Amino acid sequence: MAAAQSAFGTAVKGFREESAARIVRIDVLLLVAAIGLMACSIYTLGTATEDDIAGSPYYYVLRQSIYGGVGIALMLFTARFDYSRLRELKLGLYGVTLASIGLVFLLGAAARGSRRWIELPFFRFQPSELGKLLLILALSAFVIDRIRRLQDRETTSRVMLLALIPAIMVVAQPDLGSGLVYLAIVITILFVAGTPWTHFAALGGIAAAAVAVVLVAAPAVGVTVLKDYQVDRLTAFINPSDNPQEEGYQLEQSITAIGAGQKTGRGSEEATQTRLDFLPEHHTDFVFAVVGEEFGFAGAAIVLSLFALLIWRALRIMTMSKNLYGSLIAGGICAMLMFQVFVNVGMTIGIMPITGVPLPLMSYGGSSVLVTFLAVGLLQSIHVQARETAAAKGREMII
Amino acid sequence: MYLDSDRRPPITPQLAFRVAVIGGLALIMFAVIFFRLWYLQILSGDKYLADANNNRVREIKVEAPRGEILDRDGRVLVDNRVGLAVKVRPDEIPPPGPRRNALYERLAKTLRMKPAVVRKSVESQFKAQPFVSATVKQDVQFPAVSYLAEHARDFPGVEPEAVFLREYPHHEIGAHLFGTVGEVTKEQLNDARYRGVALGDRVGQSGVEYSYDRFLRGENGKQRVQVNALGVKTRDLRETESRQGRNLRLGIDLDVQEAGQAALGTSRGAFVVINAQTGEVVALGSSPSFDPNIFAKVIRPRDYKRLSAEENGKPLFDRAIQGGYPTGSTFKLITSVAALEGGLITPETPLFDGGSLTVGGVTFNNAGGVAHGSLALRQALTVSSDVFFYRLGLAAENRGNGLLIQDWAHRLGLGRLTGIDLPAEGQGLVPSPAWRNALYKKKLTDRPWSVGDNINLAVGQGDLSVTPLQLAVAYATVANGGYVVRPHLGQRIEDADGRVLQEFETPSRRKVDLDPAYRQAIMDGLYGAANLPGGTSTEVFTGFKIPVAGKTGTAEKGLGRADQSWYAAITYPDDPQYVVVATDEAGGFGAERAAPMVRQIIAALYDAKDDGPSTVSRVPD
Repeated sequence: MAAAQSAFGTAVKGFREESAARIVRIDVLLLVAAIGLMACSIYTLGTATEDDIAGSPYYYVLRQSIYGGVGIALMLFTARFDYSRLRELKLGLYGVTLASIGLVFLLGAAARGSRRWIELPFFRFQPSELGKLLLILALSAFVIDRIRRLQDRETTSRVMLLALIPAIMVVAQPDLGSGLVYLAIVITILFVAGTPWTHFAALGGIAAAAVAVVLVAAPAVGVTVLKDYQVDRLTAFINPSDNPQEEGYQLEQSITAIGAGQKTGRGSEEATQTRLDFLPEHHTDFVFAVVGEEFGFAGAAIVLSLFALLIWRALRIMTMSKNLYGSLIAGGICAMLMFQVFVNVGMTIGIMPITGVPLPLMSYGGSSVLVTFLAVGLLQSIHVQARETAAAKGREMII
Repeated sequence: MYLDSDRRPPITPQLAFRVAVIGGLALIMFAVIFFRLWYLQILSGDKYLADANNNRVREIKVEAPRGEILDRDGRVLVDNRVGLAVKVRPDEIPPPGPRRNALYERLAKTLRMKPAVVRKSVESQFKAQPFVSATVKQDVQFPAVSYLAEHARDFPGVEPEAVFLREYPHHEIGAHLFGTVGEVTKEQLNDARYRGVALGDRVGQSGVEYSYDRFLRGENGKQRVQVNALGVKTRDLRETESRQGRNLRLGIDLDVQEAGQAALGTSRGAFVVINAQTGEVVALGSSPSFDPNIFAKVIRPRDYKRLSAEENGKPLFDRAIQGGYPTGSTFKLITSVAALEGGLITPETPLFDGGSLTVGGVTFNNAGGVAHGSLALRQALTVSSDVFFYRLGLAAENRGNGLLIQDWAHRLGLGRLTGIDLPAEGQGLVPSPAWRNALYKKKLTDRPWSVGDNINLAVGQGDLSVTPLQLAVAYATVANGGYVVRPHLGQRIEDADGRVLQEFETPSRRKVDLDPAYRQAIMDGLYGAANLPGGTSTEVFTGFKIPVAGKTGTAEKGLGRADQSWYAAITYPDDPQYVVVATDEAGGFGAERAAPMVRQIIAALYDAKDDGPSTVSRVPD
């Protein structure tokens, strides 16, 4: 807050004006991208889920709209805060991450063989989603603490360990997708901070060995690390018609849906893959296939462009940040978004394995929507802080 | 505060590089996604669109139950019951190889069949109709079907289907009339008769099921369902309901039909009861009969063989409309008409019956060797004088083209189809010089036509081949004064509640000119035969309450074979109501076997209490 207090011309203004000024300093394009995606999500869900719950055609749309509304409010609220204060709370944030994920094991409601949720009175809270953001904040802070000792292998090992603990916990839920997101986040944060490439090479070697152990060696000696369906999912995309009755089915249906959309889509009424339920999970993990089927290449291009805009702004905010902590957070968020977009979209078009990763802001789901808006709010906060710092220094920022 | 540990110039070259790396990754990522989308949506879009369109939405045929077949009083002759068939879909069965064989084995075990039988049956059905589900077994018990449903995973492509199977509550009674129902054949699909029928639908293949198929068949419904990858229905999409076929009411009287069947017993023979004025068929039966319920399922070859075997009397063979026989003296009706109308005699012309007639060195004897002396037509019919009719045969042979009897036989409906509403009717044969000489030319017979052939024809012996139904039509024509009726079973079409939807009009009758005086003379002769002293069947009908005119017949089947017994009767000869014909292939004299059968049938026809003739009459004719 010191920056704000010493900022020229703002000290004398009231809090109201101060926060108004902060809102003005948000990244408008980032806001447009986030709200645009939310709008696409609500529109797509509106057409795709009409028949899903008999008697309440607006079930998903209504809820997604509420999540979106609350999310936008959360985003604007977060934008007003100085994220830098969160650095001091790193232990608390990390503790909450582990505790909430751990709580799932105690209270988790079983759903499709997974325990990922905590039942709250008004919605199901998915700690692994919030964990993505908390982990970004905590890990970035840990990295900053040891920023001068990045060359030490110990630093890299410690940070990796801090990320692997919750990652392994969510994989055990089992939520393989979130675990992989955590890994993407930690790697990116280390990379942005400046960890030497030799460390990454070593990590890569360890990862390759681990995969070999998990997929080949462990089953051979009778230890099950990944559940069968997870292995099936991971390998199904290589040849979907090998196993058309299981995981390959979802994949084939998704590819068929997207392909059938052609240039401009089949329209919501004619989109049989979605409307007749061939496309599984069309409101959550496979929502991009709905976009592809109903609105075709054109619709998919619009959604992808909004994601590109989102990621471009995140990258830009990385470079603008007033401090390294902001850059690391922005890098982590950027990694989180990129990874989820690529894995989710890649899954629907058959170039990535099925891992149950939601498409940020598009997939139906309160936890994911709120967390993504919180993340965008953090990006906005970094942006606002950077602009204010720049203003305080009397320097013009290039927008 | 500005000297925060992490404070640094806004952007360092290192950070810029790292951001650029991430940005580059993002660029690659979006490029990959766009290229893949381009490939899927723009380049291969047509293929995927086609895939999506015939995706796992399946149209399941909802078979319409066929209409019921009722007798004239509305009693059910044929109805439906629901059975479960197990079918295999060609698009979901594993490809040929060990997996498919394993499926056959599991199926065979579940359905208690032999794996080889299952394989052979299914493969041959797929070969014949590659895109139609093959029936593994019809009428499967429910536990087996529910086992299959519970283990759907182990039975890819296997699905149960509710099918309506025909049920015949009266078993052997009327079995030949109804015919069978079976899957439509490829040839039939090209036939306009079967418009609206799809491959795999079942249609009437014989009997009235065939003749009235378009009414009985109903309209299949369609159910569009979504199925998951296992082929298990997950959601109903849209349904067009099936409409049951219309009920068909026949002119058949179940009581008369039963009486006829009972009268025949285990004999090989047939009976026909038709309305003398309209040709409506009241009863039509053949013996030995069979239980058509075995045709409700796919019949086993063993059963089919048994029902077609000569030694069992070929139960499937409908003697009433397919059996062609010499009719013995019952043919004298036709000879009489021909002789009168052809001017050979008048009703009063006396001819001498000395017990035998010798023509060209061949002697033709009266049956029983009696001599009736000089007699005219009425008396000749009453006592069934063979010599009287031999003389007419001889006279006809020598007059004009010699075809007088043949022409009149033809006019009265012999040697041609009666046009009954049943398929596979026999045409019979009225022997003529042209016919025999053609055979002789091809060396299919030992001699050409001679006068003896015509003499034999005059009394219904020799090569004559007439179906019981044809004989009934000829008698009806004389009885009603010259209308050649077309026998018909179908009376009307009704909906399930019995409301009449369509009444079949009496089919047009061909008219032949019969002089009323000649007709009356013949009717008198027939009346005498059943009622007057000396009449060949007077003994049989003694004490019978229903007025009957009728003619006995005894067809000689050759050395060592029993004679075929015939009787043709007209009830209420003053105002003829019904014609009843019965025959027993090995019944002996007409009065001995066929006439008592007719008495029994007529009693049932008029609901008359009757104990039958008091003695067995062995009057020759």
